[in-house]
Amino acid sequence: MKNKIKSIWVFGDYRNYYQNRVTLQLLSKAVDLAHVLCAEVCAVVVGCGIEEWIMEYTAHGADRILAIDHPTLTSYSTEHYLALMEKLARERDPDIILIGATDFGREFAPRLAKRLKTGLSADCVGLDITSDGLLVQIAPSFGGNMLAEIVTEKHRPQMATVRPGTFKEIPHNYEKTAIVERLPLPDDLPAPRVRLLEYERAAQKEHTIENAKVIVCGGRGMGSGKKFKKLDELAELLGGDVGATRPVVYADWAGHEALVGQAGKHIKPKILFSFGISGAIQHTAGLGESEFIVAINKNPQAPMMKMADVAIVADAGDLLNHLIKELKKRIRE
Amino acid sequence: MLLNIVVCIKQVPMVTELPWDEKTGSLRRDLSSGMVNPACKRALEAALQIKEKHGAFISVLTMGPPAAEEVLREAFAMGADRGILISDRMLAGSDTYATSFILAQAIQKEVSGYDLVLCGAYTSDSETAQVGPQLAEELNLPAAAYAENLTFSGRTLRVRRLVDNFRETLEMELPALVTISMENYEPRHTSFAGLDKAFQNADLLFRNAADLHITSSILDQHSSRTKVRKIFLRKSQKDNIIITGAAASAVDEFLDKFEGRIGAVIGKSIEAKKRG
Repeated sequence: MKNKIKSIWVFGDYRNYYQNRVTLQLLSKAVDLAHVLCAEVCAVVVGCGIEEWIMEYTAHGADRILAIDHPTLTSYSTEHYLALMEKLARERDPDIILIGATDFGREFAPRLAKRLKTGLSADCVGLDITSDGLLVQIAPSFGGNMLAEIVTEKHRPQMATVRPGTFKEIPHNYEKTAIVERLPLPDDLPAPRVRLLEYERAAQKEHTIENAKVIVCGGRGMGSGKKFKKLDELAELLGGDVGATRPVVYADWAGHEALVGQAGKHIKPKILFSFGISGAIQHTAGLGESEFIVAINKNPQAPMMKMADVAIVADAGDLLNHLIKELKKRIRE
Repeated sequence: MLLNIVVCIKQVPMVTELPWDEKTGSLRRDLSSGMVNPACKRALEAALQIKEKHGAFISVLTMGPPAAEEVLREAFAMGADRGILISDRMLAGSDTYATSFILAQAIQKEVSGYDLVLCGAYTSDSETAQVGPQLAEELNLPAAAYAENLTFSGRTLRVRRLVDNFRETLEMELPALVTISMENYEPRHTSFAGLDKAFQNADLLFRNAADLHITSSILDQHSSRTKVRKIFLRKSQKDNIIITGAAASAVDEFLDKFEGRIGAVIGKSIEAKKRG
């Protein structure tokens, strides 16, 4: 029986590289998982002119790089990547494939999982290895305030997508080396049926909620759209942005662009105020990078209160008014 | 050019937080009333706008318990032409892998000669965004997710979308599948006249697993590859300092304790002014 080294693959999603560090973050986690499984970490990089990514992924944890460099692969093409990954996966039988849950990844991964007839957990907030060597995919459970530990028992590869910001990248290590396999473009690569005509970077606002240092977030517990609006005042005093939960957006107290949480804007504030939010997992799953959380809720048992650094038991609207009043007295340059 | 469009819609719970049934490990969906998933509603709106501009026959497809008929009625009120409800106890608890297979079976059997399949990009309850892409694989269609605008030129479809901060324009030939994001296609409101029409509309089909030639062994082949081993409450590693009391004193206590930290972040001092 052939003794095969287990392989953990990370797909190189290198577009938007400087804002999008998810591949590096996944490589870091893959290194941890590889230690437990005595496996090899392999980054898959396909494109045209990919030397920089090969070096980056080597320096950030990969033991092996599977690289396909060809002019045909100049732009991101989900179809090309599907065809290539399916072929590579069938040939080499990786144990695990990790893909960043960027918009691209969230379209690419389920299609790849279908082609490989295997299971996929989306938007994992954690990964681990069980005592029987299975990948534990820790994902928010639907609509509850819980997490689920999910495994793919029989099918391979085990696949998971992970949101940017879930794991921390390993610092760049200039000494690290990797085995780089430069593979040819398969000659049976089908022509894509979806053609990319043009693309442009969407206008990046200088200041967005995504890079806000202070975020003032409100939930249903604010009571009304009018009371919710008062959060603007606190945000302004603190030089921050206002965020909203899904129920608030549905109630039209805030626009869809204010939605934060797992399916909304990806935030990483230094201080997060959470007013009248009970803490459904789709919201709290997106708060992992908030450094200091202050939650205000009438209910001390609310999940949001339990995950906060400071939990103030009070009516959200009432406390907001007092906080604004007191800050106005105290703030000076 | 009359387009034959299929819109897949899902009925989701009206609230985002539902109690969890600890014994079965599934959501107590019975405790909430349902609504059309917002992104699916936008997919239907996109279909309706295409119908207004180019002419189309719109079939709306949903899979769920018998109560899911409501979403089809709502779709009729908005302007859909035909509704298909896939409902069978055997199909309950299907994950995206199975759901995409089942929807594909229904589409291939019930909507011959379809030109375009539209889905919402993701649902408000599970948010995996997987059914659309996996359905495209099942039907072997060119596809694009997160579309905000669709235009047609003969049999060529142009899709504009926003993905990872890039605005892309893609082109593909029909038949194709597109998932619609929340960026555009604000859904129209249904008039009362529309609702009346909705309840008179006879073109509502009910299909169970047997109708779709799905036996339990076939379902097994396409069933969930993943298994939930454990469900647990998220643990917190924070200090979790609790402040109670009247609002005014709670604010004072909070600001006195943390003015240094807050002040450092906002670049201003919020120390209490010294008294006398």
